[in-house]
Amino acid sequence: MSVHSVKAAILGTGNIGTDLMFKLLKNPGHLELALVAGIDRASDGLARARSLGVATSDRGLEAVLATPDIKIVFDATSAHAHCRHAPALAVAGRIAIDLTPAACGPYVVPPVNLRAHVDAPNVNLITCGGQATIPLVQAVSRITPVRYAEIVSTVASVSAGPGTRRNIDEFTFTTARGLEALGGAHSAKAIIILNPADPPILMRNTIYVIPAGDFDEAAVADSVAQMAAEVQSYVPGYRLKGAPVFDTVATAAGPRRMATLLLEVAGAGDYLPKYAGNLDIMTASACRVARVITEHLRAPGP
Amino acid sequence: MNAPRITDSCLRDGSHPMRHQFTVEQVRAIAGALDAAGVPVIEVSHGDGLGGSSLQYGFSRTPEMELISAAREVCTRAQIAVLLLPGVGTRAELREAARRGAAIVRIATQCTEADVAEQHFGLAKELGLEAHGFLMMAHMRPPAVLAEQAWRMESYGADGVYVVDSAGAMLPGDAAACVRALRSAVRGSIGFHAHNNLGFALGNSLAALEAGAGQLDGCLRGLGAGAGNAPTELLAAMLDKLGLRSGLDTFRLCDAAEHVLAPMMPFQPLPSRDAITIGYAGVYSTFLLHARRAGERFGLDPREILVELGRRKAMAGQEDWIIDVAQDLAARKPANPA
Repeated sequence: MSVHSVKAAILGTGNIGTDLMFKLLKNPGHLELALVAGIDRASDGLARARSLGVATSDRGLEAVLATPDIKIVFDATSAHAHCRHAPALAVAGRIAIDLTPAACGPYVVPPVNLRAHVDAPNVNLITCGGQATIPLVQAVSRITPVRYAEIVSTVASVSAGPGTRRNIDEFTFTTARGLEALGGAHSAKAIIILNPADPPILMRNTIYVIPAGDFDEAAVADSVAQMAAEVQSYVPGYRLKGAPVFDTVATAAGPRRMATLLLEVAGAGDYLPKYAGNLDIMTASACRVARVITEHLRAPGP
Repeated sequence: MNAPRITDSCLRDGSHPMRHQFTVEQVRAIAGALDAAGVPVIEVSHGDGLGGSSLQYGFSRTPEMELISAAREVCTRAQIAVLLLPGVGTRAELREAARRGAAIVRIATQCTEADVAEQHFGLAKELGLEAHGFLMMAHMRPPAVLAEQAWRMESYGADGVYVVDSAGAMLPGDAAACVRALRSAVRGSIGFHAHNNLGFALGNSLAALEAGAGQLDGCLRGLGAGAGNAPTELLAAMLDKLGLRSGLDTFRLCDAAEHVLAPMMPFQPLPSRDAITIGYAGVYSTFLLHARRAGERFGLDPREILVELGRRKAMAGQEDWIIDVAQDLAARKPANPA
């Protein structure tokens, strides 16, 4: 590994942590994965890390803090756990890339504000539903002001680990706030549904957008298509299903034109099978954010 | 056999056929009539549970919290229950509903996903609420799977667990088998929530009761999603005929159904061709009106849409798949000559 590389650790050995490990090993750039830390010695994720020759620990945060040259810490535990980890990591001068919906730091969605928080001690990736849908809501709001956005994320049961399940309220809350803060919606709502069908379904998202007034439907359709292509550049399985559907809906403020976008996200299959597009988009975004922070850290100072 | 406790859900499940347009005045009239007829529990929420007001499911005309308060104010004996689907509503809405006087919460998950409800059962117990699990789309898994999920809910603090035949797809033997399986897995009371899509709402309720269910759901005049639910007035009559002292006043319920509720109803839910299809294909009862709208819009028979949703194994709350399926089916059709 180059002397200029930046050392990183993954905290959490569930689905997300393990998929992220595979991505970082496959395409490390200037990032060196120096540690994978969990809290369950017998976990499948730690066993996989060991078998791939990555240093591991079952002492969680403590192990990360005890390794002084680790600069970037990916937290793939749970919202509850990250709230405890965040202050300790900040005091120790480690940069946290938070893959839980804890939202201690500012939100980042790569095609919307990739470089906005390169100096922040903690950045939050919102949720998988947020990473999938916020770019498309932004694609509408850059054309016309958005009064209300609502998203429904449906994921295969087998791709939702215990962290997601324990934090389902945080998912809906944080996704909705992300749709407002980065998607540009005046107000927003998020719904998540787990589907146990076997074989498992691909991650599916429905995005409903009500702009504030009349809008140019062709311009919205173009903007959405462009944004989808941009996300596709780092999440190859990201695909709009058909063109936007435009419709009139009754609202409290009278009838309004609205757009419905149907989105499917297949995973890259790095660790979990292709249906887990919800994990893939989180880990792909985390890698992209880490790359930008790494560049920033390696850039010569003023 | 003991008399079951009856929960009337026309102010929650009935919100679907009402297109979520209940007013405070209507809720006062209906809740007051149910209370006077001895219904011990009245469920009030958006049709898709607390926080369900949305484009996905339909916006509420009146905020549900105001409806909960209205029901609470008029009831002298009945307790107010609310429904909560984790993933749609959150603990914030549950806190507010409790503040408004709800005493019971029914926490609903897909029948395989009980573990998304742990934090909600935790809060319900912290707030001192009676809390029941609601295993939706129960026809999709064998009784042993439901029993394991019910056991999980009990471990999170559930006081009881309902078998919820959201698709109205069960026959009486299925209902009885599910109730028996749950009884062997949990200590709390077992409930049954029926839909009438195949005409078995009352028969399934009876089978569940005979298998040991301690709670049954009804909706006055059957006002609920799909072909509606077991009519509360008919449950009352059935319990009378069984010689069980339910505390319900059958004739008062009949009067309330006919004179209070019926005039407000946009239509009488019944096993129509589309509702039968829902039971037959095993899809969520609330898809009825959404599939009809999509059918109109894309020039399709709602039946084709519902059957395809069944084939894709759509679960509770997946109304957004209806547009998706309709779009796919419309694209497959040869273009109609104009």
